[in-house]
Amino acid sequence: MTYNSIVLVKQVPDTRNVTGDVMSKKGTMNRSALPAIFNPEDMNALEMALQVRERYGGQITVVTMGPLKAVDILRDALYRGVDQVILLSDRKFAGADTQATAYTLKSAIEKIGDLDLIFCGRQAIDGDTAQVGPQIAEKLGLPQITYTESVVSVDGDEIVAKRAFDLGSEVVKCKLPCLLTVTGSANRLRPASAHKRIEYKLSAIPSEYSDLLEKWPEFETEAALDAYLSERDLKITVWTAADLDVDEENLGLSGSPTQVYKVNYVVLESTESKEIPPTDEGIRALVQELVQEYVVG
Amino acid sequence: MNNNRNVWIFIEQEEGEIADVGLELLAKGGELAHTLGSQVWALLLGHQVEPLAESVIHHGADRVLVADHPELALYRTLPYSRVIIDQVQAHQPYIFLIGATPVGRDLAPRVASAVQVGLTADCTDMQIGDYLLRKEKREYKDLLYQIRPAFGGNIIATIVNPKTRPQMATVREGVMQSNQPDPERSGEIEVLEPVFESSDFALQVMSREVQEPTVKLKDAPVIVAGGGGVSSNNESRLIEELAHVLGGEVGASRAAVDAGFFSHEHQIGQTGVTVRPRLYIAAGISGAIQHSSGMDQSNKIISINTDPDAPISKIAHYKIIGDLAEVLPLLIRALREKAI
Repeated sequence: MTYNSIVLVKQVPDTRNVTGDVMSKKGTMNRSALPAIFNPEDMNALEMALQVRERYGGQITVVTMGPLKAVDILRDALYRGVDQVILLSDRKFAGADTQATAYTLKSAIEKIGDLDLIFCGRQAIDGDTAQVGPQIAEKLGLPQITYTESVVSVDGDEIVAKRAFDLGSEVVKCKLPCLLTVTGSANRLRPASAHKRIEYKLSAIPSEYSDLLEKWPEFETEAALDAYLSERDLKITVWTAADLDVDEENLGLSGSPTQVYKVNYVVLESTESKEIPPTDEGIRALVQELVQEYVVG
Repeated sequence: MNNNRNVWIFIEQEEGEIADVGLELLAKGGELAHTLGSQVWALLLGHQVEPLAESVIHHGADRVLVADHPELALYRTLPYSRVIIDQVQAHQPYIFLIGATPVGRDLAPRVASAVQVGLTADCTDMQIGDYLLRKEKREYKDLLYQIRPAFGGNIIATIVNPKTRPQMATVREGVMQSNQPDPERSGEIEVLEPVFESSDFALQVMSREVQEPTVKLKDAPVIVAGGGGVSSNNESRLIEELAHVLGGEVGASRAAVDAGFFSHEHQIGQTGVTVRPRLYIAAGISGAIQHSSGMDQSNKIISINTDPDAPISKIAHYKIIGDLAEVLPLLIRALREKAI
């Protein structure tokens, strides 16, 4: 028996290494100085889906919602061997909180249809909320397995998986279809395949055509390029709100119950600090002071 | 829609032991309810947990809704969310707070999605305040300000849910302080009769292992923590030795954990534990916000760093500019001799 998977991925600013170039002295942030990357735990989700396909067969569809440039992570997924990718991109999707995001992704999943497993990263590093996965599961009426560390087996209409948290672990058996969120320690994403890289080098969305025409002048018009790519399955699918069965009120900013009231940039408040010389006398004097102030007993 | 302004708290328990974060939220919920002139209600789910309800009242609940059922013995998403969604829909609380534990982070989004309300993750503070929605030129009074770090801790965002009720948030463990239990405190206990559907049992727990925490950072009076400046096992052993001499625990920044000198249980900061010990010694820690947000409430901070301009020096009460490999042995010796 084969199992079809959908993997949900997100392109995020790399918030893990925010350096001086990004944060000014006043504490404001230059977001464009942060590179856009494939959300790390979404890579673990993708690898888990690839491993399930290796064991049991089936199709993998990778979906992302984001601006057009998020197509970069879809190409990355193609290089690693997925069967199909879909970009959800529309100004109407913009400004979505987790509720509106989950609604949009749920609608796309319903349109794709035939599925057994949905894989997501546990959380995205730009918000760290871990909410979108469970919210999608709820909207689809499916069970969820969060914090998935490994898939033990898939058999008939059931999956056995191991969940892991800081202070314990659990093995669960769950009816399919279901949604899994995958932890960063689950696995390591395989490298892109050189073959696939060549195969999908030309894969593109229409908004990239004008740039491609400069690189490949042998295609004289966008229409010629489009025909070439479509014929070879290299045209990446883009869905807008019009392609989904959605109530537009529930998309993007208008579909988001949470609102940002204010944002404060973090500037550490200076404490008056006393400099202690790194000498035997200096350290002894410090210890004596700590003892006198009952900080150490 | 009714007009109550009650604050609900989810009480997480494991084998009859209440998770600290639930008690922390009862204290914070009490403050919020006081401001709103309303009550704190607690939701307690499990099997044979009814005896815990008194303790929940002693810690600050005015009313405890108890669902005691064999199917609730171990936490599972669907049976737990079924009970909670039913109660939220029946009573429509004003605010609903859940600890941001693995259980809370699994449960809260499920409930928020079902009742179609906003949810803010991992709050570190909450206040009551007003919000002007400019588009509508309308001021919403007495909303819950849900305050949380974002963008890797470099910004602090205040989020509101002006229109949906309850206003839901998950809250970080360890950032609020619980009340001392008051055995004189009284409250009501309501026992619920949960009704499940067969689809609620799509998932079964086959086996479960819970480890006792070997590192008890949260309540440690003294923490000695190593960071990216730790470059050898010798140096990490010095940190352990100093912690031992002080009767404290060993902490670490993410850099030192990633480098393999300490296990993840030791990690303090945004992706680790939040602590506020009496004394925090930061050895070779630069003090990036990802780390300092988890320890900047410490009573006294000593920094040992070769870089005099490292961000940690802004929050340190004492800074020792020097190599930890040289400074730590001096500290250990001075403390040992003091003890004699």
